[in-house]
Amino acid sequence: MLNISDLLEQIKQTPYREIVVSTPHTGVVNFASIKSGDAVHGPEGQWKERPGTKLATLTRERNPKPIFAPEKGVIDTVHMEYENTFVECGCPLVTIKHHLTREEVESIILKQALYLFRAPERAKYYFTPEIAAKLRASDPGSVVIHDGQELFIMSRMKRELPLYYSGPEGVIYATYFKTNENVDTDAPLIGVCPQEELPNIKEVIMRVQTEWQENA
Amino acid sequence: MDNLFLKRIQSLSDRLSYIQDIFAGKHADSVSLLQQKLDEFTDKATHDSLEKPYEELVSLEDLFKYVEARLDASITPMDKVRIVRHPQRICLKDILENVYDNFTEVGGQDEHSLDPSMLIARAVIIRRRGKKRYIQSVMVIGQEKGHGAEFRNGGSVKPWGNAKARQFMRVAETEGIPIHTYIFTPGSYPIEDYPGAAQQIARNIYCMAGLRVPVISVISEGGSGGAEAIGLADRRLMLSDGYYSVISPEGAAAIEGHCRGGERPSQELVEKCAMNLKITAEDNLRFGYIDKIIQEPPLGARSYHFDFFRQLRQEVIRATDEVILSTKLSPFKNIALSRRNKPDVNLDEMYLRWGLSSSAKDRLLKKRQNKFLKLSKQAAVDRRPMLTKAIHAMDEIITTPWMQFKYEFYRKHQRKIHAFLEEAENEWDVFKSWLRKPFGKGGTGTGKNKEDKSSELTTLSSWTGEHKHNKWNYLSPRYKIDQAVTCPNAAVYGCPDLWGPDLFAEFAGVCSNCGYHFPMEPEWYVRNVFDKGSVMEFNSEIESGNPLEYPGFGDSIKAAQEKTGCKSGCMTFEARIDNTKLVVAMLMGTFRGGSFGAAEGYKFVEAAQRASKNRYPFLAYVHGTAGIRIQEGTNGVIQMPRCTIAVRRYIENGGLYMVLYDTNSFAGPVASFLGCSPYQFAVRSSNIGFAGPGVIKSTTGMDVPPKYHRCYRALTRGHIQGVWDRRQIRNNLIQALQTIGGRNLYYR
Repeated sequence: MLNISDLLEQIKQTPYREIVVSTPHTGVVNFASIKSGDAVHGPEGQWKERPGTKLATLTRERNPKPIFAPEKGVIDTVHMEYENTFVECGCPLVTIKHHLTREEVESIILKQALYLFRAPERAKYYFTPEIAAKLRASDPGSVVIHDGQELFIMSRMKRELPLYYSGPEGVIYATYFKTNENVDTDAPLIGVCPQEELPNIKEVIMRVQTEWQENA
Repeated sequence: MDNLFLKRIQSLSDRLSYIQDIFAGKHADSVSLLQQKLDEFTDKATHDSLEKPYEELVSLEDLFKYVEARLDASITPMDKVRIVRHPQRICLKDILENVYDNFTEVGGQDEHSLDPSMLIARAVIIRRRGKKRYIQSVMVIGQEKGHGAEFRNGGSVKPWGNAKARQFMRVAETEGIPIHTYIFTPGSYPIEDYPGAAQQIARNIYCMAGLRVPVISVISEGGSGGAEAIGLADRRLMLSDGYYSVISPEGAAAIEGHCRGGERPSQELVEKCAMNLKITAEDNLRFGYIDKIIQEPPLGARSYHFDFFRQLRQEVIRATDEVILSTKLSPFKNIALSRRNKPDVNLDEMYLRWGLSSSAKDRLLKKRQNKFLKLSKQAAVDRRPMLTKAIHAMDEIITTPWMQFKYEFYRKHQRKIHAFLEEAENEWDVFKSWLRKPFGKGGTGTGKNKEDKSSELTTLSSWTGEHKHNKWNYLSPRYKIDQAVTCPNAAVYGCPDLWGPDLFAEFAGVCSNCGYHFPMEPEWYVRNVFDKGSVMEFNSEIESGNPLEYPGFGDSIKAAQEKTGCKSGCMTFEARIDNTKLVVAMLMGTFRGGSFGAAEGYKFVEAAQRASKNRYPFLAYVHGTAGIRIQEGTNGVIQMPRCTIAVRRYIENGGLYMVLYDTNSFAGPVASFLGCSPYQFAVRSSNIGFAGPGVIKSTTGMDVPPKYHRCYRALTRGHIQGVWDRRQIRNNLIQALQTIGGRNLYYR
């Protein structure tokens, strides 16, 4: 069985994700005024309309193209050896250490701990009336489901089909879809965890919520 | 101390805080003197140590009056801006209560209104003649800044508020009652929700250009488009401490100081801009954009200035009477007018019926339109030689009756004339063939034409044909630069880099993957859309100037003229498209961002009149416009009603007016003479709107989503009728002329 507490500890030891920014195509590289240890930010604004920190300019056929930081973080390495040289596509330019956010840690843990039941095709999904009533009436995490149970109604172009759950028995821990919105093929619909694991997961998530320090 | 005494002390305290606010730290000595005297007096009053309290209070009030009068002499334009924005300033509700005898608010009340910043009321004025009382109704329309300021957006009217104003203007027209508009707005609320700020203002101006009732407007705070939405009037009065401007001084300073990202300009720069923009009542009277100044009490009218309200009542009655009298053909007209202009005349005691006959309404309309069409010509530099002007005048004299004969008489009897001529021609042909018969000459048609036709029908077209290389008559000079270009949609649609020589030549500036349209030069359209060699420019000698003598702007204009080779931002020409003649006014985004000033307005009006005279369709092609040219101040703003009137006259004469937007089209022009067109189209990737994202953010605090101004949004809300591909403009124009124009429009 997965030890979730250990997983959290592991993440705590290296609370970073390394992002390697590499060239999208060939060209001559000119770095912006950045150095190792500099803080950078990713796209900002309500619609991510403001680009992140400029890291370099890649010039191909006299067409200078800026390369921006994709996420917030601190610059770990700058490959200054490529300055003013012609490089291939996929050549690493900058490595950014991105400090994991609370949501990211939660998502890593849940991805490991939960069984994700995915949408078989692009459609709108609804819980069956019995399950929907149970979810409304009781606490989240108390609705037990088992393999072969009729769980969803899949609605596509006004044709409605029942969808049966297949996977380990457990409780519905998380719901990832919204009523009346289309869900893409293979997007997760629900996250299921074994009933006995539930207190453990809740506790770890609580710890993440309270203990995880986010960089300002 | 009684309550009245305390109230008078409180009033002095309010007056002092008002002085402090409007002078923003200036005249500190006068302020401290008043403060000291008021504190001493209040102190004594609270300790009951005043010997003659009422007399001392009167002398303190006199001191306030004296200081206010002294400060009034040194008031600057920016002080006036602070006066009109002050919470103690009179507002529309004060006017309704004190100027009119009774009123009923219509179109919603307070916060229970479609837009509380637009206040509309049916009001009455009671006048007497002898013992008889006459009740005269008016429709009062205006922006309300106070009395619940929190839900009124400071007088910034949303599009639906302006729509409400237009609706009640129509009601007044139906009822035949005059309209009094009161302008108290810093500008319109710049959102693009249906019907769109620009589109609605355009509709309002277009409507007012044809209203068949007298319209009187009183300007206190006249902020650009918001003011024009209810400002096109027969008489425009202005309060002496008001301002009427193309942009707020802060906005002008932000542009002047190149402020970005919410950065604020310095106070000195704001003061300087307020001075340079010539926004005061005196300046506007000098330009001729207002008809009269109503003198306010020192430092501006406040709600307790009851004498001022009385004076305002007299002025609006006088203005309405004058408009009514000016439409009459009565022999007593001049006597009545001069009697109304005598000093100390009480217009409440003089009655004049405010109804108009149908012919008087026609005269009213004509007068209003002519008045605006004559404005601002002095603000443009007309370098046409005397000979050209004389030829132009002669041409007017000769061609106008000819065109009238051609279209009024000939077209009406065309069928009969044609039938007669056809018959005569047939007889002539028979006679000719009878004459030729003895010589054996018969049969026509050249062999070459036949060969060409047969080869066209029997052979295949080739890939290497000459026409492939000469797809376009004009290529952007950028095609000579050996450079790759990135499509702005590359991140979304994965467009590959485009090679400049391909993109700007064969591709006509269109991304081959996603269809994004890169901006092209105005010449590209002139040469590629219209028939080859058919373009004939006119009025090219009318130049943009610097009518306000705005510091440094003369050089900027010269630089723009040298850079573009054009004398103004508007090129007017006659051209043919598929052999249909039309008049085109092109606003060029390359000339100072396509800003629109007096010269551009002059040329636009002339073009509309030329199209009307020659019975040609009129196309406004907007290569790009950033709005009204702020350095020309109200000389620019006045082009909004002027050009709209010219367009309305043209449309009502039966013309076909179409607008085609390209690249970026914003603000004043879109909110008037462009937005009022019934047929508007846009080129793909263009942006249409009222204010740019920066202005929306700073005025409303709202973040603007990406692609907020894209032409597709304008299409969705019905502002434009279609989005065209650049490469199809010519075909689409031909199609539009054939289908929208049709047989009955006089362009054929």
